Amino acid sequence: MSNNKGGVMGIFTDEHTILTAAEKTRLKGFKDFDAITPYPIHGMEEAVGVKRSWIPWVTLIAGAAGCLFGLWFTWWTSAVSWPINVGGKPMWSLPAFIPIIFELTILFAALASVKVMIFVALGLPKVDPPVVDLDLTSHKFGLFVSERDGMYNAREVQAWMQELGAEAVHEVGEY
Amino acid sequence: MSNDDNSHNKNKPLNEKPLIAGNKTVKDVTDDISSLVERVPGLKWLMMIGGAKALLLFYLCVLTAIIGIGMGLMGVNHPVGWGTDIVTFVFWVGIGHAGTLISAVLYLFRQKWRTSIARSAEAMTVFAVATAGIFPIIHTGRPWLAFWLFPYPNQRGPLWVNFRSPLIWDVFAISTYATVSIVFWYVGMVPDFATLRDRAKRDSKKISNAIFGALSLGWRGSTRDWSHYEMTYLILAALSTPLVLSVHSIVSFDFAVAQLPGWHTTIFPPYFVAGAIFSGFAMVVTLMTLIRIAVPVFKDYITLDHMELMNKIIMTTGMLVGYAYASEFFIAWYSGSQYEGYAFINRAFGPYWWSYWTMVSCNVLIPQIFWIKKMRRCIPVMFVVSIFVNIGMWFERYVITVTSLHRDFLPANWGLFDMTFYDFGALVGSFGMFFTLFLLYIQAIPAVSIAEVKPVLNTGKEGGH
Repeated sequence: MSNNKGGVMGIFTDEHTILTAAEKTRLKGFKDFDAITPYPIHGMEEAVGVKRSWIPWVTLIAGAAGCLFGLWFTWWTSAVSWPINVGGKPMWSLPAFIPIIFELTILFAALASVKVMIFVALGLPKVDPPVVDLDLTSHKFGLFVSERDGMYNAREVQAWMQELGAEAVHEVGEY
Repeated sequence: MSNDDNSHNKNKPLNEKPLIAGNKTVKDVTDDISSLVERVPGLKWLMMIGGAKALLLFYLCVLTAIIGIGMGLMGVNHPVGWGTDIVTFVFWVGIGHAGTLISAVLYLFRQKWRTSIARSAEAMTVFAVATAGIFPIIHTGRPWLAFWLFPYPNQRGPLWVNFRSPLIWDVFAISTYATVSIVFWYVGMVPDFATLRDRAKRDSKKISNAIFGALSLGWRGSTRDWSHYEMTYLILAALSTPLVLSVHSIVSFDFAVAQLPGWHTTIFPPYFVAGAIFSGFAMVVTLMTLIRIAVPVFKDYITLDHMELMNKIIMTTGMLVGYAYASEFFIAWYSGSQYEGYAFINRAFGPYWWSYWTMVSCNVLIPQIFWIKKMRRCIPVMFVVSIFVNIGMWFERYVITVTSLHRDFLPANWGLFDMTFYDFGALVGSFGMFFTLFLLYIQAIPAVSIAEVKPVLNTGKEGGH
């Protein structure tokens, strides 16, 4: 999403209207635009042309890292750093370490996915993010076309929003 | 308006019934749920929290005495070295599991009805695990050294923890579970905090705006945001599902890995998980019944259909637990081990017969009333049953822990366990902690997920999808 760049935002009041509006906007050839919705709308990703999220790769890598760390850590502490004979069991008792390794896999995978989602993918936290319409987190829907889009022309985009059925159209200085 | 007993919907299959009653619009959902957080608390809530806090203060006094004077105040002694602390710990961890089941497992199965109760169930998980976590720490006798449970580089060698011990597995399982549950809960709340932030900004409430603004992290809700967000939520659900199964399996290893008759059983992991879901759903029903009384508007979100579904799960898991009780007896006989056989005869007919039969009646017999549809849909009945199930599930852990320990292989080693005032105080007081946290949550955080309920608003309506 185009951070802190101006553009035009149309405000819509209906879920189906915004979905078709986004679809039409994409088909018209706009690229740098996005829909702002209070809840996830089924089919919106395809309508806006958003690719599938890459977060699962983070989960995979972090989970593998957690697993390897658990394997190394239980081995190093129990068999290398200070081997202690407990009940005659082998120093490196892999089956007994599986629960620890499993929990560390889950912990690394979950925390890394959330951290990367918040800090990298979404670019949060943002202090005092720009607001166009306060109802966009409640019951209204926004369609924002950035001024960085190759086809951008403020007046034409405003007319286009009206045509799509926007309730209101705002020219936004910074979004 | 609530149309709970909407008779023309009553006999429709679930996917054709409206999940949310009262023909609400998207705006109504925002207003309904946000206004509860924004208003000054009502008298009912104040009375409830007054009671809960009194109990919490009592709990703090009991814990202060136990920590300050010593573990000798509690009933544990030779041969019953695991008593109220361990029983109550397993009880509270089990309660937490239904929350994860609702928020994660039902999410993976795309059960849309979970949306209304998922937030509160997840809150219940977090608070139940927090309540549970105190007990093993008290049980160690020297809680101020609890950090020794974690393997950190130290100047004693470094001396590491014994990773071969189920008790250390437990430390890792419970702390991972608590962490992931809190993160899952919080991630689910971010869009709702953004809603509250924007409402606070509209009403120019500076403090609310600052608090909710910080909690929402500046959430905006673009399609790209939602795309990553929903994927992360799905991943957390997919990670929580094996996690929740592992946690109670590992709790059961605390017992099953020992050689004591009555503990040394391979059925324990699935049996503990089924019992955890059973008791947790009972606690969800208890809490939802109370929420529906304290906050009437939630009757539209947590409808009788939701309650009925949970009652069905209670009955199913109750029978699973009953099956485990029966198969334990069968195996005790079939194994041919006289110690194993004696442990089970002693459970049912020894000095602790009353605890065994309390467990069986509460967990297996009483939930059978839910075969009758009218009973599944009757609030007073389900409230009473859910209380019985909670009592029964506490006794299940009591039976497993105490009756197995009190008579082991050598008759010279036998003895009895008596709960003291401090045992009862810690048990009863822990409810004060749990309910105080839960009531504060109801007042401070949207108790139904605003962003998750909106997409299911049209489910089951004419022309809906």
